[in-house]
Amino acid sequence: MSELLDLNLVEASKALKNKEISSLELTKAYLKSISDTSSLGAYLEIVEDKAITMAKESDKKLIDGNARPLEGIPVGIKDMFCTKDIKTTASSKILENFIPTYESTVTQNLWNDGAVILGKLSCDEFAMGSSNETAAKGNVINPWLKNKKMSPGGSSGGSAAAVAARSALAATGTDTGGSIRQPAAFCGITGLKPTYGRCSRWGIVAFSSSLDQAGPLTRTVSDAALMLNSMAGYDQKDSTSANLKMPDLMDYLDKGIKGKKIGIPKEYTQNGISEDIVNFYEKSIAWLRDEGAEIIPVSLPHTKYALPAYYIIAPAEASSNLARYDGVRYGARQEASSLDEMYELTRGNGFGDEVKRRIMIGTYVLSSGYYDAYYLKAQKVRRLIKEDFENVYKKVDYILTPSTPTTSFELGKKQDPLTMYLNDIFTVPASLAGLPGISLPVGLDKSGLPIGIQLIANSFDEAGLISTARVLEMSAGFNFIADGAAK
Amino acid sequence: MPNKDTIVDVPTVNKIARLSRLDIPEVNKESLTNDLNNILGFVAQLDEVDTSNVEPLASVTGHKLPLRSDDVNDGNIEDLVLKNAPESSSGFFVVPKVIE
Repeated sequence: MSELLDLNLVEASKALKNKEISSLELTKAYLKSISDTSSLGAYLEIVEDKAITMAKESDKKLIDGNARPLEGIPVGIKDMFCTKDIKTTASSKILENFIPTYESTVTQNLWNDGAVILGKLSCDEFAMGSSNETAAKGNVINPWLKNKKMSPGGSSGGSAAAVAARSALAATGTDTGGSIRQPAAFCGITGLKPTYGRCSRWGIVAFSSSLDQAGPLTRTVSDAALMLNSMAGYDQKDSTSANLKMPDLMDYLDKGIKGKKIGIPKEYTQNGISEDIVNFYEKSIAWLRDEGAEIIPVSLPHTKYALPAYYIIAPAEASSNLARYDGVRYGARQEASSLDEMYELTRGNGFGDEVKRRIMIGTYVLSSGYYDAYYLKAQKVRRLIKEDFENVYKKVDYILTPSTPTTSFELGKKQDPLTMYLNDIFTVPASLAGLPGISLPVGLDKSGLPIGIQLIANSFDEAGLISTARVLEMSAGFNFIADGAAK
Repeated sequence: MPNKDTIVDVPTVNKIARLSRLDIPEVNKESLTNDLNNILGFVAQLDEVDTSNVEPLASVTGHKLPLRSDDVNDGNIEDLVLKNAPESSSGFFVVPKVIE
């Protein structure tokens, strides 16, 4: 079994196409991993029968020589993606029995390309959180330093933990302010948030519609390229979907970075950042320089205001998006004698504390008398943040930053909401500007926890992002496996 | 933006909860009020930024919303639409009585 689990996505795909392995044995190996690592709590739903059926269909295609790009690859799906006839809860009590009658575009793209579904992965409730602790069914444990019960990050904590624990060969995530990149950093894997508009939002449970974007969580940069190749694409059903063809990212893996300019923003190395992360950030800069990149100090002067702007815009959009959970059309209902009371009890009972806080903040900043002071102000600051990036991209090709200010932290340590929000301080600015970003592991800190470094590219330059990330990945040579991973 | 220590009080929280259609148990109101004040105090930093002559940014895409012809492209899926409803009858969603 273990040899099967040792293969990354690209290797497994090659072995499948060369008929060295079958999708059925690969899928069964992963189903066993899921059961072996179940104490981590990464999966909310396991669809064993469907996985076996899909694997057998893939094996037929492989034998017939009709293999599609992800033929026979077993993947896990964040529970924010609607999957037809498979329970989709967004880790919320209010959707605990919701079974979609349709499939999200991104997951349909994966199945059209031959991927095999293993199950649905836990996340923070409605993707609101940075530790996976707001999930209605409880937190997920990071496979790194497993016995210490560290957070996998969030909101795509189940996705990151499953890939790190080898209970999924790859997983989907969604990223609104860092929900792919931060858990990828905490779990020692690669997480890519594409440009806003690259992946269709259709069929993804909506959190903050001007920010939400789907992307892959994988073991390697090339795995991420292969996954995103399938996930991305124009979709008429999402009015913000970009009608732009993405080049085959696999063609960009080995382009190198000679002569490319890498910006180092001075605002990302200030107070509160762990010393080990600073060390690896400096090493990463040196590695890229050694590979022929030109390192250029830059400034993104409004960085400090990204988090406060985000915590107005995202809750505002969330309060509007989550109005649909009214106990009428789908989701749980609390019975009451009047309609208003039914709404209030249904929502009061069905949402967790963090979701309620964000709905309250969002409602407040959109309410009469406060709209201009908060919401409009935040939208103006958002423009300044986007312009900061536009100015910097006149001078450089990519921006390099740490992914997070600290490595993972212990679960259950009571943190106030604001302290938790600070986890996303380095990922939120690119989200507000709609830019593609990738986090990849470059080393371990003194306690043995993974450190992630983030690369940010200009809009729709995922290809260049992959080339650059690949160089950093080769230089870092991160080949550690989590102690809590399936053997 | 108002003074950061007491931006919202319990009566304001009651009002926002009502607008949000959220039942908040009495015992949670004080801590929720504190949390909201902390968050609103934090976001009040934006006051430092000069945004005169800055246009608000609602969408990063920069493209106009696409239009399509007004054709029916779906339909006859009443059972699917109602499938997840907590209560339905004769092709309708059922809610508590709203008129006497």
